[in-house]
Amino acid sequence: MAKVLKVADRRRCIGCLSCRQACARLRGEYSIANSAIEVKTSGGYTGEFVINICRGCEEPACMEACKFGALTKRTGGGVVFHKDKCTKCGACGVACAVNAIRFDEEGYPIICTHCGYCTKYCPHRCITTKEVL
Amino acid sequence: MLARDYINVLYIDLEKQEYRYEQRKDLVKYLGGTGLAAKLLDENIKPELDPLDPAQPMIYAIGPLSFVMPVCTKTVATFYSPHTKEYGESHAGGRFAMAMRFAGIDAVVVTGKSAHPQYLLIDDGVQFRDARAMWGLSVEETGKILRQTTHGSGVRSSIRIGRSGENLVTYAGVNVDTYRHFGRLGLGAVMGSKNLKAIVVIGNNTVDIPQELKVKYRKVYDKIYDRVLNTDLMKKYHELGTPVNVIPLNEMHSLPSFNLQKNKIDFAEDVSGEKFAEDNLVRKVACAGCPIGCIHIGQVRREFDAGYEYETINVSYDHELIFALGTFLGIKSTDEILELIDVVESEGLDAISTGVVLGWATEAYKRGYVSLEETLVPFEFGIVQNYIAAVKYISTRKNKFYEDLGKGVVHAAKVYGGSDFACHLGGNEMAGYHTGYGNVVGFAVGSRHSHLDNGGYSIDQSKPKEEDIVKKVYDEELERNILTSLVICLFARKVYTRDIVLEALEGVGINMTNEELTQFAKDIQKLKYQIKQKLGYSLDSIKIPERFFQTKTLNGVLSSEKAHEMVKEYKKMIEELMNE
Repeated sequence: MAKVLKVADRRRCIGCLSCRQACARLRGEYSIANSAIEVKTSGGYTGEFVINICRGCEEPACMEACKFGALTKRTGGGVVFHKDKCTKCGACGVACAVNAIRFDEEGYPIICTHCGYCTKYCPHRCITTKEVL
Repeated sequence: MLARDYINVLYIDLEKQEYRYEQRKDLVKYLGGTGLAAKLLDENIKPELDPLDPAQPMIYAIGPLSFVMPVCTKTVATFYSPHTKEYGESHAGGRFAMAMRFAGIDAVVVTGKSAHPQYLLIDDGVQFRDARAMWGLSVEETGKILRQTTHGSGVRSSIRIGRSGENLVTYAGVNVDTYRHFGRLGLGAVMGSKNLKAIVVIGNNTVDIPQELKVKYRKVYDKIYDRVLNTDLMKKYHELGTPVNVIPLNEMHSLPSFNLQKNKIDFAEDVSGEKFAEDNLVRKVACAGCPIGCIHIGQVRREFDAGYEYETINVSYDHELIFALGTFLGIKSTDEILELIDVVESEGLDAISTGVVLGWATEAYKRGYVSLEETLVPFEFGIVQNYIAAVKYISTRKNKFYEDLGKGVVHAAKVYGGSDFACHLGGNEMAGYHTGYGNVVGFAVGSRHSHLDNGGYSIDQSKPKEEDIVKKVYDEELERNILTSLVICLFARKVYTRDIVLEALEGVGINMTNEELTQFAKDIQKLKYQIKQKLGYSLDSIKIPERFFQTKTLNGVLSSEKAHEMVKEYKKMIEELMNE
């Protein structure tokens, strides 16, 4: 059964960043700068929070933009990243219409694997995984 | 010092427009927060100069657990307080600790004064940026501009001052990310004296979890996260938040009201946590790294013109604000309290001191110590418009009277009289409790004159034997030195028991024993008193105003003689500590 990460209710977000921490932790890092999920304010704390995640496209534009085969289709939606083929050209990030791809310090894209680990740390169930197949 | 064996200190000299990083292994033993910031203050302070002299340092420090363990969200600032003219320490949440963490900085030491208003952008280095056009702007407006002129959305934090800081009001605070504050003791004036409008920090560095800690760290993090979210230990902070205290304190005859002429009001339900939640609460937000979300945002819709023209105010509220800008001034509705909070926020003042100063001003005016010519508004408990105007007058130093009010209630009472009803303890305006000796004595002797130094108000509520109170106050402050050095939010003090603190440290690779922590707490207490002594401070200077002994507390009417004896008893304990 394949799952994809979904934003269930953005407005309930309190901006604690526990999800970003969780993703970073799983990747072996403390810093949220290297998280595949991004939560940030729009217009500061007085505005609402924005949650940028990979939307699990069935026809991933990022994959189409990659000329080196570093991104392949993931069962259920989204893409699988093959680091050995990546040239760090950044085309995937430009192609993503929902601003979900960020890059690490070395210039590699940070690609969500839809593992759902982040959802376990959301105190308000803003993010969730959905079974798709 | 996370994942490395040194403390990284960023030194910024505003006068020379220079900065440098120093990797200091010798500071590791101070851990972070209170310990580290006190040590750096001790190294850099100039006791012979005025607190607002450009040469004085302003220090910000985080700790080894900051952001990487749940609810370790605070940053500690230390400075020479222009308000109490002694040791200044203030704490704030928000995102500043996270941003410092991933900008790779454990502490920042700012000295000197810019030639003209500036703000600092700290990323991989420091940029000294022009802020002349921002001078005079509100805290909120400055924040909105900084968000447009700097990068790093999502990993950024900004701290800034309002007009009160620029104009050196001695209880001006520093706003952190709109809803949190270094509120107390005048850090805002220190920033203003340096011509520094704001500091923006971008935290986008990578910090690898050391291989040997990967499993351990996740295990400890999960354990604490579970205690935070899935037990009752922090429930009250999430649900109604700290305003849950309003009704119980009122019932206990412990809610300071009408300049502490009263300890109980008949409109408590109208300004209670429940009332705010029902009528004004629109959302809750969190500091970075805390899943609780205790920041309660209240909303007021205000008609600014005929023809259905509305504006909306969104401000954060807490018990202390409801007390200081509500019950203490006799303000009877949640909407009016939020409107008053809004103007205090814009001007960048400390909410507690502002409310208590206005409470004194009202009584002084009613009793003829000051005239309308001086006050410009006819102060009357319960009339919010006067107070809204007065807050702006304080912040802009409208006339001699407001200049004096801008130096706190001790100073104002010295000039105009009425010191018996000037509600300060140890030179700092009182907080929202009148529970007994624990609160009065604990606040007065606390090293930063904060109700959070030793939680005396909480000790009182456990109805202790009178002879045990001083020891309890003393022990609690020692214990809190550990929490505030690490820098764990004090709302999580029940989550972080000693065992958990030790585990959390182990989770980031710091192995300490319980005995070492106990000794550490004492060392930090000593360090704080060393600084105080250098600044000429003595516990002998404490004189608790009569008002505290006129109005009954939860534990009855207090005796001035007994309270001052307790201060002496505390002084003896500190002397013993210093001689250890």
